Amino acid sequence: MSIGFCRSTHAPLAPQRRCKIEKPILKIQGLRIENLAGEVLVDNANIELMPGEILGLIGESGAGKSTIGLAAMSYARAGCKITRGHIEIDGVQVRDLSAKGRAQFRGRRIAYVAQSAAASFNPAHRIMDQICEMPVHHGVLTHAEAEAWAVEMFRTLELPDPDNFGARYPHQVSGGQLQRAMAIMAISAHPDIVVFDEPTTALDVTTQIEVLLLIKKMIRDYNIAALYITHDLAVVAQIADRILVLQSGKMVELDTTANILHAPKATYTKELVEDRQTSDVFREKLLKSEREVILDASNIIAHYGDFRVLNDVSITVAKGETVAIVGESGSGKTSLARVMVGLTQLTSGSLTFMGSTLAPSLKNRSRDDLRKIQLIYQQPDVALNPRQTVGEIIGRPIMFYFNRSDAEITDRTAQLLHQVGLPEDYMNRYSTALSGGQKQRVCIARALAAEPTLIICDEPTSALDQLVAEDILKLLQQLQDDMGLSYLVITHDLGIVRRIAHRTAILLGGEIVANGPTGDIFKPPFHTYTEKLLQSVPELRETWLEEIIYKRSA
Amino acid sequence: MTNNNSFRNPTLSAEIGMVILAVFIICAIFAPFIAPFGEAESVGKTWLGPSSKFWLGTDNIGRDMLSRVIYGARMTLGVAAICTCLSFLIGVTMGLLAAVAGKIVDQVLSRFVDLMLSIPILVFALMILSMFGSSLLTLIITIGVLDSFRVFRLARSIAVNVVVTEFVEVARLRGEGLWWIMRHEVLPNSLPPMIAELGLRFCFNFLFVASLSFLGLGIQPPFADWGGMVRESGRAISFGIPAPLWPALAIGLTTISVNMIVDWILSINARPSGASAEM
Repeated sequence: MSIGFCRSTHAPLAPQRRCKIEKPILKIQGLRIENLAGEVLVDNANIELMPGEILGLIGESGAGKSTIGLAAMSYARAGCKITRGHIEIDGVQVRDLSAKGRAQFRGRRIAYVAQSAAASFNPAHRIMDQICEMPVHHGVLTHAEAEAWAVEMFRTLELPDPDNFGARYPHQVSGGQLQRAMAIMAISAHPDIVVFDEPTTALDVTTQIEVLLLIKKMIRDYNIAALYITHDLAVVAQIADRILVLQSGKMVELDTTANILHAPKATYTKELVEDRQTSDVFREKLLKSEREVILDASNIIAHYGDFRVLNDVSITVAKGETVAIVGESGSGKTSLARVMVGLTQLTSGSLTFMGSTLAPSLKNRSRDDLRKIQLIYQQPDVALNPRQTVGEIIGRPIMFYFNRSDAEITDRTAQLLHQVGLPEDYMNRYSTALSGGQKQRVCIARALAAEPTLIICDEPTSALDQLVAEDILKLLQQLQDDMGLSYLVITHDLGIVRRIAHRTAILLGGEIVANGPTGDIFKPPFHTYTEKLLQSVPELRETWLEEIIYKRSA
Repeated sequence: MTNNNSFRNPTLSAEIGMVILAVFIICAIFAPFIAPFGEAESVGKTWLGPSSKFWLGTDNIGRDMLSRVIYGARMTLGVAAICTCLSFLIGVTMGLLAAVAGKIVDQVLSRFVDLMLSIPILVFALMILSMFGSSLLTLIITIGVLDSFRVFRLARSIAVNVVVTEFVEVARLRGEGLWWIMRHEVLPNSLPPMIAELGLRFCFNFLFVASLSFLGLGIQPPFADWGGMVRESGRAISFGIPAPLWPALAIGLTTISVNMIVDWILSINARPSGASAEM
């Protein structure tokens, strides 16, 4: 992939930059970051970033990506400390500067784009005021100039009603728009380096591609050097010139994007690349010829206040079958799950479960109905009571539904832990002492403890790292094979759908736009929305994004 | 969690607070053994200054001030502690119930508490105590119930944040009853901030008992209590006699030491958690 230097012809007010300098703009040497307890978070990181170069940082959560990104600005999060190393921006040792000197570098020479724009904007100020603050503060532009520039940028980044966009408050715009506004804010003082910290992770696939395109365009136009942090190899492949692979605070591999993708050297990198490739492969599953329908939801209509979240949705789940419900945030997929478990009241329609009608409200359902439908949540962190041990968490449903003796409960809990691949002695641990993947396994064990017929999984892997998520999916599949469970999987990730779902329903604006065996859904002719979804999933080819740009311009 | 022990060591001010409070608590428990004279015993002339026999002097009817301060710890701290326990029992139970049991229960309880909170607490207490007389039991129930409204506010506001978490939803989906959800899911997760509040409420109750006694409606003579002692010997200050200063000092010291301990407990909760430090 080539990065065009000095391609500033169509960029409004872009700073004129020197071309092709060989000296690195950012140089990090022997960086070591520890937390207050003395644990090493990042050890001996060495990075050189040339002007106009984009370096991708990739790794799982806890790998130290964000910590390094922030350290590039000589900043450490609360509870962390930079203990060793040099950070050099354009020849200046930033760590040697006073707090005031560092403040002059931040924003002006190096800027930061956070993962969650919604959490990073001040909700009490208008977007324009927040964007103009930095260039005015650093004396780069006057307020009027900054506003004119921002409006130009709103237009360039295709934000709606660019002349008045800045007058809105952060809650009045969508997540994707806010993320773009934040990128504009980052470059407002024309920095040399921008640190992008998972800028598209919180977005839907269809939005992600738009933001990705515009970020790429912006980086090129302004000839900015960037650290691009993400956990998605396919995303970083589109953007970065070089990729740095991190694992638990250590550098695993640093090479050009092409080499990382096609000739990874380290085992860990190989695993990452291979795993990402398998998710691109279509895994069709043969459907059983006779479906024994256990859950039949027909013509479901549900409201939140006056807003109709579900409009005439019908869906069936058969025994031993995995049905996926796919849609963007706001499409009503979680509402559908909540209707099924009785947390959200349906306005009309009916739910039939194993031949009998389910009461619409949780309170009116029998204990046995509750037992047979279990729910697994997106965030295992908050789905487990931090003040209970794993044994208490898994043992409670056994006690509650089957009223066993303590010894029997312990035996059964041990058996369940074994089933989900955790050692027995985890029984006495608190969930806070477990990793994300282990927590999700505990959640699965808790669901299994009720001996359910149907498990509804609400984005079961989206909070987990790629390789961990893969293991959880395998576990779910294996349990299905062993016990004949049925799953209703709610997800926005088409990779999951392809791998595990027998049938798929695509939800858009509270309505099902496509429904059928997964193989058929993903075979042409597509519904237009299905096609858009499919095309938006980043592929592990460096040229994928370029091709889309080309297609669009054609 | 294992590496956080260093965070939990008390600060210097918290240690000082603990020592002072411990001294008063020991005085309260072992008063008959520590005090040189009896609680209501006239042992010397009135208004004697500090001497080797009467370390803190004597009061208006010749009782030993030191012994009275030591016995006073028993009454003042004891009553305040019982009141605080009572107010937490009522306030936390009702607060969790309001958070867990749904909108209607919440509205009824919350509006009732708003109504009660709108009446100044001292006036309210004076009214009740003058109606029913100031026996020890009436005093404890009055202060406990009045204080529980404030505990209710806090308990409810903490609990509503716990109630919306997914593990509580899991319990609801399992079909668990209200009591189980309150006791096993919500309460353990609401406790840490409540413990700091327990200390502060104790302080307020302690001052409240002292104020009521000072006004003559609290703990009745001949029992010694610090608020009452300030009242009995208050006028002597204008004659240069330091007697009222001793119980006042005890009130001040206790309040400050509890606050120093609470500050430390609050700062544990405010520190960056292990999770955010690892990111």
